[in-house]
Amino acid sequence: MTRRAIVNKLMFALCGLAAFLTVSTLFLILAYLVYNGGTSISLDFFTKLPGPSGHPGGMANAILGSAEIIFFAAVIGLPIGFFSGIYLAESADPWLPAIVRYTADLLNGVPSIVIGIVVWTVMVVPLHHFSALAGGVALSLMLIPITARSTERFLLQVPRELREGALALGADKWRTTATVIVPAARRGIVTGMILGIARISGETAPLLFTSLNNEYWSAGFKEPTASLPVMIYTHAVSPYADWHRQAWAAGLVLLGLVLVGNITARMVLTQGAKRS
Amino acid sequence: MSSKMSAKNVSVSYGPFQALHDVTLDFEANKITALIGPSGCGKSTFLRSLNRINETERDTRIEGTITLNGENIFDIDVTEIRRRVGMVFQRPNPFPKSIFDNVAYGPKINGMLTGTTAEEAVESSLRRAALWDEVKDKLHDSAYALSGGQQQRLCIARALAVNPEVLLFDEPCSALDPIATARIEDLLVGLKEHCTMVIVTHNMQQAARVADDTGFFLLGKLIEHDKTDLIFKNPSKRETEDYITGRFG
Amino acid sequence: MGKLAAGVTRLFAISILAITLLLVIQLWLHSYEARQKFGLGFLTSTLWNPVTDEFGALPFLYGTVITSFLALLIAVPLGVGAAIFLAELTGPKLSETLTFLVELLAAVPSVIFGLLAIFTLVPFMRNYVQPGLQRVTGGIAIFSGHPYGVGYLTAGVILAVMTFPFIISVSREALLAVPREQREAALAVGATQWEATWDAVIPFARLGIIGSIFLALARALGETMAVTMVIGNNPSIRASLFAPGYTIASVIANEFTEATGDVYLAALVELGLVLFALTIIINGLAQLLIRVTTKR
Ligand SMILES: Nc1ncnc2c1ncn2[C@@H]1O[C@H](COP(=O)(O)OP(=O)(O)OP(=O)(O)O)[C@@H](O)[C@H]1O
Ligand SMILES: [Mg+2]
Repeated sequence: MTRRAIVNKLMFALCGLAAFLTVSTLFLILAYLVYNGGTSISLDFFTKLPGPSGHPGGMANAILGSAEIIFFAAVIGLPIGFFSGIYLAESADPWLPAIVRYTADLLNGVPSIVIGIVVWTVMVVPLHHFSALAGGVALSLMLIPITARSTERFLLQVPRELREGALALGADKWRTTATVIVPAARRGIVTGMILGIARISGETAPLLFTSLNNEYWSAGFKEPTASLPVMIYTHAVSPYADWHRQAWAAGLVLLGLVLVGNITARMVLTQGAKRS
Repeated sequence: MSSKMSAKNVSVSYGPFQALHDVTLDFEANKITALIGPSGCGKSTFLRSLNRINETERDTRIEGTITLNGENIFDIDVTEIRRRVGMVFQRPNPFPKSIFDNVAYGPKINGMLTGTTAEEAVESSLRRAALWDEVKDKLHDSAYALSGGQQQRLCIARALAVNPEVLLFDEPCSALDPIATARIEDLLVGLKEHCTMVIVTHNMQQAARVADDTGFFLLGKLIEHDKTDLIFKNPSKRETEDYITGRFG
Repeated sequence: MGKLAAGVTRLFAISILAITLLLVIQLWLHSYEARQKFGLGFLTSTLWNPVTDEFGALPFLYGTVITSFLALLIAVPLGVGAAIFLAELTGPKLSETLTFLVELLAAVPSVIFGLLAIFTLVPFMRNYVQPGLQRVTGGIAIFSGHPYGVGYLTAGVILAVMTFPFIISVSREALLAVPREQREAALAVGATQWEATWDAVIPFARLGIIGSIFLALARALGETMAVTMVIGNNPSIRASLFAPGYTIASVIANEFTEATGDVYLAALVELGLVLFALTIIINGLAQLLIRVTTKR
């Protein structure tokens, strides 16, 4: 073989190796979590409160807390993101859409810890309380640009004929959007929303100074609230072996939820593609 | 009469779809052969078999034999065959590099710069492509700064720089205006002393102007192949006549 | 009716601008005491002493930049290599499947990377990688000192794992957007497949690839949880990559809720402001580059 032929084979082998390493990282993570977390999960984990070392209990309050925080984030973030996405895809304004689009991408890249600080300044300081609501607001700020951009993307994928067909029947532009284009893109839009929720549900940093944490059931949405990601963090950095096992179990549950979200989103999309 | 390249019973399939059926065709040395026919009839498929660039496509299957100087091209190393059988594409496709680097690329990777300097190789190729006078003062400018016609001649210079024996053209003028087209046609005729050429074209006048021989394809089959003036003045097949008189389809 | 709909959606869209503006304003206002007290010296001071109320950002800036740089050093070759494999060497089916797996990797929460890192990567680095590097290199300055396991290098490694999904998926798209005539032009003068990829395809996609690297850099700079769990929490500047250090994001995560005193809090918020500015600039560049390549 010539030197060139050898370089050719070698470089592509290296590229293949890089791809293999990357993908195997995912399986390594999964295997490790299943191995360590699987043996620590029990019914108690889902039904009991966390306890001191020696009596680790479960993380029922964190599961409920996460659900509560994500609920707030979704209620606030999804509509704002959705309507902004419609604006980005459909508006005829001259320059504003481009600016909003660019800003959304920048907002999406702002470190989540910074979002945590800002929500602390606007919600925790004036209300004098860490709260589930503040946590939800922090996550919603991350959800908005994600939802806006994915909604826009799927709206733009609606075939031109469909759009023009409706306009040709005499429907005005916004009616066409509401009755033809959004329904046609609904699978994609829902997919984007599920992916967004999956993404924020694992976020920890923005919750550290907003919903904080709680060893007990939260007394209400205006009170400090436990969440799975924060629990994983506090348990993982603790010195206790039995807390570590709780962290593994919580990690497995959290990752399971995130991956199920991602795979569901994928299925929603491909099922739609098959049908049409 | 010697044939430089010849195809014998060549069939090509893309997956389950057979695009080319049993084509047999000889290319005479230092002549230009035009391939004409309606869109989708397999001209590009045939042309792209001649330098085995079809193989980069997934699920492509080629049957039959193709020879270069009597040697089966499927027995020759694939990079070697592509150096000896060059190609110019429909749309000018210079690399995002300088004019100089575009032309020098082929000689460089093929280790052809022993004895000549890169400068000499580049100049001689650009001269053969009738581009030297227009670019000699801006060799290190980006190739994208040239006009479409100049870019296409640059691509021809790039192909000539590795001294190919055969040069394949896939509708090389379809993205150019009439003046740029005329320059390229003159260039092709002048290049006959250096190499054998095959050109796919949709422009019947172009085939008549530049080609010595012409082959007519229809639905993946070679219908007829002969001297160009015979094909145009006195085709022996009904389909050929219909096509060149514009009565087709 | 049409006017109303246009107005309402515009209002929602403007809220995105408002949120971003809110971030800037709040970070600026709440860092007031620190900006007032330290001025620009904040960025160059290495002191971080809550007892005497003296605060400087340099150790954290250093840690943030070093860990991100290490991450790119590992993630760029791996990520670009994998992207080349996915775009150039596999069929569309396999490429899609592998890309989906890469996207799943990108979806793994930061805190889970941290959890794994504490219990697997840290001991692995301490017991094998760090002593090994010391043996091979003879303990030069950047690999000197006691191998704790936690520190700049370990944080860099975990950041690399977290950022290469971004490099892969964006670079792959940039590579797939290269017109196939570019590759064929190189092949047609006798290039091997690798030469065509390296000389024709990659230069054509380079802006997109660079964009993906900037994107990854911005992620790495702002990444909090995983780094916080393995960086070692030591606000000083050390030449050794094995030394425990600190990053901007992790000092905020660790000290914000415990900060007592206005200046202390303001200093942490100012760190947030610095981080915000850094990531905005780098992300801004990344988005521009990606836009240019996908438009062409
Ligand atoms: N990569 C491919 N995969 C599947 N089918 C292909 C592929 N390339 C070409 N074909 C099909 O093969 C047939 C011949 O295509 P080819 O490009 O050779 O035609 P052509 O004569 O060059 O047409 P045109 O004048 O439009 O360039 C067409 O029906 C085309 O759809
Ligand atoms: Mg063709």
